[in-house]
Amino acid sequence: MGIAQTIKAFTLYEFVKAHALTLKYFFKPKATINYPYEKNPLSPRFRGEHALRRYPNGEERCIACKLCEAVCPAQAITIEAEPRDDGSRRTTRYDIDMTKCIYCGLCQEACPVDAIVEGPNLDFATETREELIYDKAKLLDNGDRWERAIAANLAADAPYR
Amino acid sequence: MPKVKVDGVEIEVPQGATVLQACELAGKEIPRFCYHERLSIAGNCRMCLVEVKPGPPKPQASCALPAAENQEIFTNTPMVKHAREGIMEFLLINHPLDCPICDQGGECDLQDQSVAYGRGHSRYDENKRAVTEKYMGPIVKTVMTRCIQCTRCIRFAEEVAGVEEIGAIYRGENMQITSYLEEAVTSELSGNVVDLCPVGALTSKPYAFEARPWELRKTLSIDVMDAVGTNIRLDSRGRQVLRCVPRVNDDVNEEWASDKTRHAVDGLVRKRLDRPYVRRDGKLHPATWDEAFAAIAAVDHGGSVAAVAGDLVDCETMFAAKALLKQFGSSLLEGRQTGMDYDTSSLAAVNFNTTIARTEEADAILLIGTNLRWEAPLVNTRIRKAIKKGAKVFAIGPETDLTYKVEWLGADLSVLGNLPERLTDVFGKAAKPMVIVGGGALKGAHGAALALADTLGLVKDGWNGFNVVHMAASRMGGLMLGYAQKAGIAATYDAKLVYFLGADECDFANFRGVKVYVGHHGDKGAHHADIILPGASYAEKSGTFVNIEGRVQRGERAVFPPGDAREDWTIFRALSETLGHTLPFDTLDELRAAMALDCPELATLGLKTFAWNSPSLGTTAQGVLEGYPIKDFYLTNAICRASPTMQRCSAELVHGESFAEAAE
Repeated sequence: MGIAQTIKAFTLYEFVKAHALTLKYFFKPKATINYPYEKNPLSPRFRGEHALRRYPNGEERCIACKLCEAVCPAQAITIEAEPRDDGSRRTTRYDIDMTKCIYCGLCQEACPVDAIVEGPNLDFATETREELIYDKAKLLDNGDRWERAIAANLAADAPYR
Repeated sequence: MPKVKVDGVEIEVPQGATVLQACELAGKEIPRFCYHERLSIAGNCRMCLVEVKPGPPKPQASCALPAAENQEIFTNTPMVKHAREGIMEFLLINHPLDCPICDQGGECDLQDQSVAYGRGHSRYDENKRAVTEKYMGPIVKTVMTRCIQCTRCIRFAEEVAGVEEIGAIYRGENMQITSYLEEAVTSELSGNVVDLCPVGALTSKPYAFEARPWELRKTLSIDVMDAVGTNIRLDSRGRQVLRCVPRVNDDVNEEWASDKTRHAVDGLVRKRLDRPYVRRDGKLHPATWDEAFAAIAAVDHGGSVAAVAGDLVDCETMFAAKALLKQFGSSLLEGRQTGMDYDTSSLAAVNFNTTIARTEEADAILLIGTNLRWEAPLVNTRIRKAIKKGAKVFAIGPETDLTYKVEWLGADLSVLGNLPERLTDVFGKAAKPMVIVGGGALKGAHGAALALADTLGLVKDGWNGFNVVHMAASRMGGLMLGYAQKAGIAATYDAKLVYFLGADECDFANFRGVKVYVGHHGDKGAHHADIILPGASYAEKSGTFVNIEGRVQRGERAVFPPGDAREDWTIFRALSETLGHTLPFDTLDELRAAMALDCPELATLGLKTFAWNSPSLGTTAQGVLEGYPIKDFYLTNAICRASPTMQRCSAELVHGESFAEAAE
């Protein structure tokens, strides 16, 4: 053991240094946030929970082209369609298995009418698996709930598309 | 045989070939919209432009240009590419580009070719043309804004279907394709315009928005709606067959299919038998397989057991039933449900000997008691082709519209013994004469028609002009397996136990024994049955079928039968075990091997020819044909009757109810 080390040992140098560091961070602003009451800012391109959007007049956007179903690499989307009473092409079933979904965002890239989008919501954990199999009503409800945030995000990202 | 150079490669092409055909022979793909090899040449889409030397220094439409000696054809020069890009841009000017909501998306010629020749974006700012939807009947849905005016549908209706009910009105950019007076197209082949349409202007109405082509599992199969044996492809998703489209087979159906073939598939998921039933106290009660088998085992028939084959069953089912009956020493097999009892000692005498494809070569044709348009629509199109080559057609029977010019000889069959001179004159000069006997005339005029083989010289070297048209897909296979009794179906009336293999057309009141129905639809047969064993339809089993000309074809299984239903042959195999006479086959392959031993013709696929020896029957024909056996083309079997599309077709096209709807 050298002299320098002996001095450090007897003056409790390491001990004091560690406590000084602790004290320094004690007075610094906190890096953590009080989730879920506080949240970090998200990019407009953030890919969270899915939603089916509507036009401002309330008409659902989805036209059952099935491109999202085709492009989905996890095969999480299931669509069935038939002519609605007015003859327009609509889905009768639009299911997303959120447990299969890998949140790649290809569905919203494929969508020609911006109907299916991945919104900013990221806390949608459930207690059972069944609740994570979303049907059309749930997705449309998501769309109604998050429309303002989704529209703002799409507008913010529009110049780069 | 002119020699041409395609992109520097010299090839020899047949006389009369077009430049487009020459390019195809050289393996070059030429984009096209209006050109179709089975229709006449229109040359109005201009997509097939190529550069040809010698010739004017501009691109030329290859579909309408005959290939000539020493021509030099270029398909990939910058000039050709530039010209095609120009054409594509013009075509897309008025095309709505609504691919996401278009049913043609994924199998659209315009979509595919715009990938190769389209610009990435549009330079067109003006308003696009919009065209109102036209009503074309219960099968064809129209979105005429998408039309690129290739006129394939017009040419098909005129040339193949023979109904001049689709046409074009106005000119230039305003040209519109429409059914005249916006009435339903009264053709049993109208569904084919959906396949012909290179864009999404004409799409299938029953299949509207159902599925995309990429999510369908494709299975090669054989149609059972008539006895022609149309080669089809069943497109299924999950457990449901969503659509049926024809395959190309030049020997049988070319590339057409009747509307019944295409659109009866929605009947496959309706009115199905999905569990066994046993009748107790006059009512049918659901049962388990064991209970149903026990009920059959309890019947004390003492060998008096019969099998009646329906119109849609495959040879495997019929053979399994035959093998089961054999275990009890019975061979009471019958397939002609409506009471026909024509002679079957020679299969050639009940076969379509000329073959369907060679019908085109005939130069004199006599139809006896057959409405070919309903009994075999695709044979009818062949006769149209023969007429185009100069054939003359005579017919005996009640007058009806066969879509071509027919000289009617009245409905009295006795005319066969005293043929008018105008007929004998034509047949005397004919090199390839042909007689087609329909199901309506087989009862009274089979012998007299066979006698014509000698008097009209129908049978000669390399040509047999004697033909019989059956209406049931199972008929030829059934006759080969021995499903025919001398007395017809009356021979089975007294059997103590009768197995009905999907038989729905017979008169059930005549049967005195216990009736076991093995079939797939809850139709007439199931209503009268004492015990119901749920089977598989043609889409749910791999089956062998023999068509009217004796062509053995095999279809594959597309989906599984619903509920507890099983493939028919496995039902007989399981039943035989309960009855204590286990059948000697455990797999389909073993069954087919046993069937091949029983009937060697069924061992291999393809056309079977039967040696011509005409049985000696009475040659006098008597009786007046009151009508044709098929009263309603769209409702001939259990699957059709369960199909809403066929019901609608029947109501509108046969019974004349009006469904014309306002344009969307």
